[in-house]
Amino acid sequence: MSFPWLTVLFLVPIAGAVVVAALPSRASSSAPKQISLGVSLVALAIAIGVAVGYDSGGGMQYTEVHQWIPTFGAHYALGVDGIGLALVLMTAILTPVVILASWHHGDGETGSVLAPARWAPKGFFAWMLALEGLALGVFEATDVFLFYIFFEATLVPIWFLVSGWGGPDRARAGMKFLVYSLVGGFVLLIGVIGLYVYSSGQPGGPTYLVSELAKMHFGTGAGRWMFLAFFIAFAIKAPMFPVHTWLPDTTEQATPGTSVLLVSVLDKIGTFGMIRFCLELFPGASRWATPVIIVLAIISILYGGLMAIGSNNIYRLIAYTSVSHFGFIVLGIFVLNSQGLSGANLYMVNHGFSTAALFLVAGFLISRRGSALISDFGGVEKVAPVLAGIFLVAGLSTLSLPGLAPFVSEILVLIGAFVHSAWAAAFAVLGIVLAAFYVLLMYQRVFTGPPREETRLIPDLNVRELAALAPLVVILVVLGFYPKPLLSWLNPTTQHTMSVVGVHDPAPTVANSQAEEAHQ
Amino acid sequence: MTGFQAPHIEYGLISPVLIVLGVAVIGVLVEAAVPRARRYAVQAVLAGAGIVAALVTAIVVFTRLGTFGGSAGHGDIVAMGAMALDGPAMFCWVLVLVFGLLGVLLFAERHLEGGLLQFAGQAAALPGTAAEREASTRGLEQTEVFPLLMFAVAGMMVFPAANDLLTMFVGLEVLSLPLYLLCGLARRRRLLSQEAALKYFMLGAFSSGFFVYGIALTYGYAGSMGFAQISQAIGGRTGGQALLYGGMALLGVALLFKVAAVPFHAWTPDVYQGAPTAVTGFMAVATKVAAFGALLRLFYVAFGSARLTWTPMIWVIAILTMVVGSVLALAQTDVKRLLAYSSIAHAGFILTGFLGARSLSDISAGAISPVQAVLFYLVTYGLMTLGAFALVTVVRDGSGETTGFARWQGLGREAPLVAGLFAFLLLAMAGIPLTSGFTGKWAVFTSALSAGAWPVVVVALIASAISLVFYVRVIVLMYVESPAGAAPSVTMPSVLTSVVVAVCVAGTVVFGIVPGPLLDVLGRVAEFIR
Repeated sequence: MSFPWLTVLFLVPIAGAVVVAALPSRASSSAPKQISLGVSLVALAIAIGVAVGYDSGGGMQYTEVHQWIPTFGAHYALGVDGIGLALVLMTAILTPVVILASWHHGDGETGSVLAPARWAPKGFFAWMLALEGLALGVFEATDVFLFYIFFEATLVPIWFLVSGWGGPDRARAGMKFLVYSLVGGFVLLIGVIGLYVYSSGQPGGPTYLVSELAKMHFGTGAGRWMFLAFFIAFAIKAPMFPVHTWLPDTTEQATPGTSVLLVSVLDKIGTFGMIRFCLELFPGASRWATPVIIVLAIISILYGGLMAIGSNNIYRLIAYTSVSHFGFIVLGIFVLNSQGLSGANLYMVNHGFSTAALFLVAGFLISRRGSALISDFGGVEKVAPVLAGIFLVAGLSTLSLPGLAPFVSEILVLIGAFVHSAWAAAFAVLGIVLAAFYVLLMYQRVFTGPPREETRLIPDLNVRELAALAPLVVILVVLGFYPKPLLSWLNPTTQHTMSVVGVHDPAPTVANSQAEEAHQ
Repeated sequence: MTGFQAPHIEYGLISPVLIVLGVAVIGVLVEAAVPRARRYAVQAVLAGAGIVAALVTAIVVFTRLGTFGGSAGHGDIVAMGAMALDGPAMFCWVLVLVFGLLGVLLFAERHLEGGLLQFAGQAAALPGTAAEREASTRGLEQTEVFPLLMFAVAGMMVFPAANDLLTMFVGLEVLSLPLYLLCGLARRRRLLSQEAALKYFMLGAFSSGFFVYGIALTYGYAGSMGFAQISQAIGGRTGGQALLYGGMALLGVALLFKVAAVPFHAWTPDVYQGAPTAVTGFMAVATKVAAFGALLRLFYVAFGSARLTWTPMIWVIAILTMVVGSVLALAQTDVKRLLAYSSIAHAGFILTGFLGARSLSDISAGAISPVQAVLFYLVTYGLMTLGAFALVTVVRDGSGETTGFARWQGLGREAPLVAGLFAFLLLAMAGIPLTSGFTGKWAVFTSALSAGAWPVVVVALIASAISLVFYVRVIVLMYVESPAGAAPSVTMPSVLTSVVVAVCVAGTVVFGIVPGPLLDVLGRVAEFIR
């Protein structure tokens, strides 16, 4: 048996969280931050090691399978395939970035929009690390029961992060988030229990191993209702129209670092789950539900875009852009062809980085001015050119400018949509137009024109902030020009999903060549 | 056929019950024979040792069940058919004895009241009279609580093992009467406590009446009180269904009263609030184990063949219990009342598992069975609830325990350990993964869904979501809100209460993370003999 790298990977941050939480309250205020940063870098190093050792031929790798609760059919089973690995790596990269960017948020910070912190600063960093560990566990789990436990457990740290550190109305925001998530969790639980009931009548059952469940056939009716349970839970998580309303409220109140972990990492569980569980366990039901889901995805794209244009609060605006982008991801997943699916897989990673960059740079800007309202800004590019430049890069990546990472994935999703139905593609393309509007309008109102009285003294980014943002900008540019390594992980996974769902398209390698054409 | 035939009793096999009863009787004699100053020590040690001895013998009998005969399941019918010692019965015995032992520890706690028991110094002294003042100045203690507890434990052991209706009724009465008394023995707020005792007694007496009437009707139908004979009559007899249905309903009412299912729950909040907290904790947990053990046996063994008749009734009651329990809990502002409503909701969840009833051939190999699920849930529920009530006893102000929400604000800052453990137990009750609350819920919901009771499972999940709101509210109260007025204070308990809390919390963690071994044991013993 090989060394359990994946177990170590998710336990390192959790152990770090325990250590940070156990630090004496009177210890110097920088100790928790330094330890947290160190721990998250160790986790990153392990994740990179795992990625280097990953054989791009595809399939589940680094698998660990142990019986856990035999009566329940539950296993302690971990493993990563292409998409799992990509999301693990994204999580491991974003956490140190966020910790560095949130260096002072634990203390309640400056004269910004944040209200005084509710608990000691070390709590902020301990919960961040705990969240990282649990999120890694979610992406690594290959047993539905284990996945469910990680899925629910992530709520605890994120609830503490939202209700402890953020704007004045954070308690209500935290409660709204919690209620939505728990409702989703209970809906998912029905599906999880259903899997036990239906798998117990079949050879090899009862079991929760994804690999075993994927071989079983549940019958049309059973498959459909379990699919719905899983899908609704993931749609709330992702979040999709019409169950998205918790996201803007939460990001408006949370610290930018919390929002990054929430939107870039945790919400990916929703779309990740749609591929791993909805498609692979219930292929028949997925094909059955496709028309409705595509319509909902297109509504999400357009509605998110329109709401973003109408937002005056920068944090809310970014949240709505994410609703729009999650619409694209879901669209890519449920058009059920290789272009759409590999586009969606790629989109998950790219969206993680571009939204993280946007949230963090917006957070730096907002903490300088003490307001998150677009109408309170003006002419910032004259006084803080570096900040403005990075904001522009992040914004352009959000609107999928060619040359930046999200472009490749968005074009793949649109090609997939077109292959599925020209109408779907036609509506989805409008989302790109809306994106240009909300990003450029925001940039224009915040950064251009003559500096206002209140914004004249805004200082530019300092070294710590630059250090936090630089990796994100580099990744966005590199993945924009050279997505091939990432696609080489993702494509075998896409092909696997396609074969499980039982759909084929004429040229299985088309995704790769499209991608290369796309950035030429 | 002349002369008296002495009944054949397997004294060895039922020795756990006999030990507990014997110790209870000795306890009564101790009150008469031992000087007052030494009674506390003698009674506490006697009760503890008695339960441990009973526990050891029960476990010995339990492990040897496999060597007894019997076609389905293992076990033996003893005492001329009066008791059935099978897996579920023995498991209930062990469980009741464990909770009884923890109960003795809570009862014996003396640190919280400045060196005195938490029970009325002299139960007969009326509140507010000179006699009461004298009892309190002389530092009197009512040490009869220990024999009373032992009698209740004995009743709780007879109840789930009873194999005919009459024995079951005797068990019911033996467990109930001491509890009525114990409820009225609070040292502080005695009027509230006495009111609780009276309410519990009155309603309990009514429910016993229902039970007796149910026995009469069922006897009229089946011509026997034995469960096996009733089951045969249902299979063989045609006609007279009205008697059977009436009997079934009345027996059901009495048992559902004991488990605090809606609409027979009205006594629960008042009694749980008024009774001394140690009694509340013991009663909430052990009574439920015994009553659900009895409910399972009565409905699965005696009325098993009429399953399709009683299932709809339990559907309705399970749904009502979960919804009413969790919705009314939202409106509570007192920790003990909140826990009372939460225990009502939990009764509904257990009934959901109870609905997994289906013929043995429908349960595929290795899948979870309803008896297994219900018994497992009882373990998890018992540990969480007893631990929570034990923690309630240590949060106090000048006039004893303080259970109003207003006084719990900011407890997280004043007493991080107590608040943290309480928050953990609340999250477990809410069913957060990695706690035993989650594995327990998973088991009962799975059991119900396997039997096709999906509407009940959906309601159960909605009720779980509602219940989260009020559990989280208490956590928010302790951690987020600042103290209103005087800060709450925590009195350090002695090692006795600490042990109870530690055992309950440890059990909640262990059965949340590795429930496998316990489920395995239950899987082997979860079959009734007939």
